[in-house]
Amino acid sequence: MSIQFKSITELKEMLDNKSISSEELTKETFKLAEDLKELNCFVTMNQDAAIKKAQEIDQANDLSSALSGIPLAQKDLFCTEGLRTTCSSKILSNFVPPYTATAVEKLEHAGSITIGKTNMDEFAMGSSNETSYFGNVHNPWKRGYVPGGSSGGSAAAVAAGIVPAATGTDTGGSIRQPAAHCGITGIKPTYGRVSRWGMIAFASSLDQAGPLARSAEDCAILLNEMSGHDSKDTTSLDVETTDLLQSINQPIKGLKIGIVKEFNLSDLDSKVQNCFEDSKKLYEKLGAEFVEISLPNISASVPAYYSIAPAECSSNLSRFDGVRFGHRAENTGDLNDLYIKSRSEGFGDEVKRRILIGTYALSAGYYDAYYKKAQQVRRLIKNDFELAFESIDLLMTPTSPGTAFAFGSKGAQNPVELYLEDLFTISSNLAGLPAISIPHGQVNALPVGLQLIGNFLKEDQILNAAHIFQQNSEFHLDKPSMGDF
Amino acid sequence: MTWETVIGLETHVQLSTKTKLFSRASTKFGNSPNTNVNLIDCGLPGVLPSVNKEAFYKAIRFGMAVGAQINQTSIFDRKNYFYADLPKGYQITQMDLPIVLGGTIEIETDDGIKTVNITRAHLEEDAGKSIHDQFDGYSAIDLNRAGTPLLEIVSEPELSNAKEAVSYMKAMHQLVTYLDVSDGNMSQGSLRCDANVSIRKKGDPKLGTRTEIKNINSFKFIEKAINFEIKRQIKQLENGETVTQETRLYDSVKDETRPMRSKEFANDYRYFPEPDLLPVVISDKEMQAIKDNFPELAKEKEERYAKEFELSEYDAQILASSKSMADFFEKSSQETKNYSLLSNWMIGEISAFLNKDAIEINQSKLTPVNVAMLINRIDDQTISGKIGKSIFEEMYTSGASPDEIIESQGLKQISDDGAIEEIIDTVIKENPGQVEAYLGGKEKLFGFFVGQVMKLTEGKANPQSVNTILKKKLK
Repeated sequence: MSIQFKSITELKEMLDNKSISSEELTKETFKLAEDLKELNCFVTMNQDAAIKKAQEIDQANDLSSALSGIPLAQKDLFCTEGLRTTCSSKILSNFVPPYTATAVEKLEHAGSITIGKTNMDEFAMGSSNETSYFGNVHNPWKRGYVPGGSSGGSAAAVAAGIVPAATGTDTGGSIRQPAAHCGITGIKPTYGRVSRWGMIAFASSLDQAGPLARSAEDCAILLNEMSGHDSKDTTSLDVETTDLLQSINQPIKGLKIGIVKEFNLSDLDSKVQNCFEDSKKLYEKLGAEFVEISLPNISASVPAYYSIAPAECSSNLSRFDGVRFGHRAENTGDLNDLYIKSRSEGFGDEVKRRILIGTYALSAGYYDAYYKKAQQVRRLIKNDFELAFESIDLLMTPTSPGTAFAFGSKGAQNPVELYLEDLFTISSNLAGLPAISIPHGQVNALPVGLQLIGNFLKEDQILNAAHIFQQNSEFHLDKPSMGDF
Repeated sequence: MTWETVIGLETHVQLSTKTKLFSRASTKFGNSPNTNVNLIDCGLPGVLPSVNKEAFYKAIRFGMAVGAQINQTSIFDRKNYFYADLPKGYQITQMDLPIVLGGTIEIETDDGIKTVNITRAHLEEDAGKSIHDQFDGYSAIDLNRAGTPLLEIVSEPELSNAKEAVSYMKAMHQLVTYLDVSDGNMSQGSLRCDANVSIRKKGDPKLGTRTEIKNINSFKFIEKAINFEIKRQIKQLENGETVTQETRLYDSVKDETRPMRSKEFANDYRYFPEPDLLPVVISDKEMQAIKDNFPELAKEKEERYAKEFELSEYDAQILASSKSMADFFEKSSQETKNYSLLSNWMIGEISAFLNKDAIEINQSKLTPVNVAMLINRIDDQTISGKIGKSIFEEMYTSGASPDEIIESQGLKQISDDGAIEEIIDTVIKENPGQVEAYLGGKEKLFGFFVGQVMKLTEGKANPQSVNTILKKKLK
C-alpha cells in the first residue's frame, strides 16, 4: 500500500489497524525519499536511528502517543544530537551537535520518527532555497522551479508526499511562502510559542518554528506537541497551551476578517487576484464578514525587516569563526587570517551580503538612522495591528505576490527583487503574530497560497478558519503529478 | 609648571556566584581547562542564555551599600567583537541601563576621608582565556572563565594620585568582600581594574588627554603603574609633545606601561539590545529580601567588637578592616575566652607573617581552632609567650595544631617549682662571680640569671616562677 501523500491522520489509522507496521512505514518513507532524490529535499538522512526507533515502537506495541510512528522531516537548522546539522552552509557542513532542539525533542517525545534533515536557504536567508550550499531544491509541481524558502526542503518533502509533515522556521515568511509555492499548509506561531532552544538563530527577535503539513488539522497536531514554555529560552512564552484540535471545527459564522487597505492587490497577476476573490466568496458563504482595515505603516515593513534581521544575523553569525566547530580554513596565519579565510570560504554570497548590511546598520554613526529607526517602525507596525484587532478577528492576504518561479529568474541581478517575495509575510514576524498559509488554487499549474494572520496567541482561531476552509474546498488535496521526477 | 593628576577607575569585580551569569556551569577557580563549560559557554549554534538571579542580587547588594539608584529592570546589550576566547563573538553586557546608577564610596587619604562618586555599575559576562605559551605554534583557549558574572564599577574621575587610587581599591575590596558579592581575590583576577589617567595644568578646568592602563590586579601594581604613567605623561607634556589617547599595559617586570592598541583603531563594538533575553525584573519583594538579609559591614563590626570583646577602638578597627581577618577572629573567639590576647596575636604576629607573604588569612594554613588553641595554651601557662612564637611559626608553615607541636617537640612549660629550683641552684653554683656582683648591688644582673635558667630549660621554664624563686634564692 502506498504511503505517499498520506496525512498524519491517515497514517495513524494505518498504524492503528495494523495495515502497516512502524518499521514498514519508516522503510517505505526512505524508499520514497530515495526514489525522489532528484528533488534534493534532504541534506542528511537518519536511516539507522529512524529504523531502530520504528522497531522499538513495533516491539513495545504502544501507539498511544500523539505521533507514534509518524515519520517527520526536520529543517536542517534544528540541532539534532548525533545527526549532522548544517543550516545548508559549508561552514557547518561537518557539524554534529551534541544536543537536540526543544521543538524536535518534543516531537520525538510524542513518538515521531525523524527521517532526515531538510535542505534550506543557507542559514534561512533566502526565499527560493537557491542559497543552499547543498544545491537547489526542485518544486514538486514543476522541475526547475523553486519550492520557495527558506524552508524549501521541508515544503517540497511534504508536497511530494514523502513525509506527512515537517518542521520549518519562519523569520520573514520562511514557512508560509514555501508552503504557498508547494501547495501545502504551513503555520508560523506567535513569537515565543515554540522554544528557540537548539534552533540555529538567524534573527533572534523574529525567528519562530512551526509545522508544514498537508492540512490545517495536521499542522494543529504538530503544533500541539511543539508548543510550550521552555526554561532554556527566556523569550518563550509562559502561557497555558490549549488543545488546538478541540476548537478547529467550530463554525465561523460571524467571523470578522480584515482586508488590508494598503496592500494594493490590483498590482498582482490577475489570476492570483481571482484566487483571492474566490476565497473571499467562499468565506462569505461560510458566514464570515469582511472589513477593510488600515495598517498605515505596513509599507515600511520590508525596509524595517531588512535592517533588523541582518543586524541580528551579523551578530548571531559571529560565532561561526572556525575556532570551536564548523569549517576552518587551512594554512592560515594569525587569528585574523583564520577568521577571514574560514568565514570567506564558509559563507555563501547571500549570507555575506546580510552580514555586511547588518554590520553597517549597527555601526557607530548609522545605528540611529537604521537599526534604531527600524525598531521604532516595528513598534508602529505592531501598534497598527493592535488597533486593527480591536475590530476584526483575523486578517486575510495573499501569502506571496506570485507563484513559484524558475531557478535563477529572480534576484540574480537585484537581490531586492527577491526580498519583495516577503511583502505580505514579513509584518507578522515584526509584530510577533501567528499566521498560516493554505493553498487556494493554482495559476499556470502552480499552487497559490492564502494567508490568514491572527491576533497574539490566537493560533486556534486561524487554524479553525483554515480548517473550515479546507472542509469546504479541495485545494489542499491537490497533488503534483510528479511526472518529472 | 605644576601639574595635576586626574584618575578614574573601572573596577571589574567577579561576583562569587556558584554558577555563571547565563549558564549553570560552575565558576570554580582552578579546575582543569574547559571543564567548567557547557553548551552555552562554548557558544554552540542554537543555544540561548538563561539568567542567574543570584548575580543580580549581589549587584543590587553592592548598589544598596553605596547608596545608589537600583534599576529593577535590567536590559542587556551585545558588545560585538571577534576574539578567540570570546565564544559567541559578542559579550552580553549592559550599555544604556546599568543595574546600579550613582552612589559613593569613602576612602582614606592623607588629608582624611574623601568621598568618591560612582558613575555606574553594570553586569556583564567575562570572556575565556587565551594561552599562548604552552603549545608550540598554537594558541590554546580555556573557556572555564567564559560567562563568569562581572560587576564593572566605574568611578568618576575624582582621584588625584596613585595613593588615592590604591585607597579606593582597598575600600572597594573591603566592601565587596564584606558584602559577600566577591571573594576579592586579586591574584586570581576576582578584583582587577583599568585606570584612566590624565594630566593637566593645576587649575585648568579642562581634562587632559587620558590613557587607559588595562587589567591591573594588585594594590602594589596599581600604585606603580599609575606613578609611572603620571611621570611619563608629564615628561611628554614638558617636552612639548602631546599625550596620545590609547590603551596601555603595565609590565610589572620592567615596571613600565606600554601601548596596547590605539583607540583610533579601536573596535566599533556595534552595541545593540540582546534579543535573546527579555528584560530581567527584580520584584519589590526580592528587593526587600536583599535588604532584610544585608550583611554586617566593617563599621558595624568595629563597634560591635569594641563592645562585645572589650577591645580598644584601634584594635577593633584593625580586626574589622578585612573581612577575612574579621571572620577568622570571630570563629576563633568561639574557642577561647582571652579575647584581648587573641586580638593582640592577630594584629601582631599573625598579621606580620601574612603581610610578609602578601596573602589573606584564609589563604594561609592557619585555622581559627588552632589559633584559639595556641592562645589557650599561653593563657593556661602550658607554654610561654616566647615558646608560643616558635610554635606559631611551625603552625604557619605546616598547618599543624599547637598541641601536636608541643607534644612532639616537648615544649610544655616547666611549672613545677621543685624542678625550677634545682636548675636555679645549678646556675647559682656555676656563676659565683655574678652572684657576688649582684649581691654587691649590680641589680641589672638579674636578667642574666633568668637567661641562664631559660637556656638550660630551652625556654620552657615558667617565667613567673623563675622570677619568684630567683629573687628568693639571691637574697
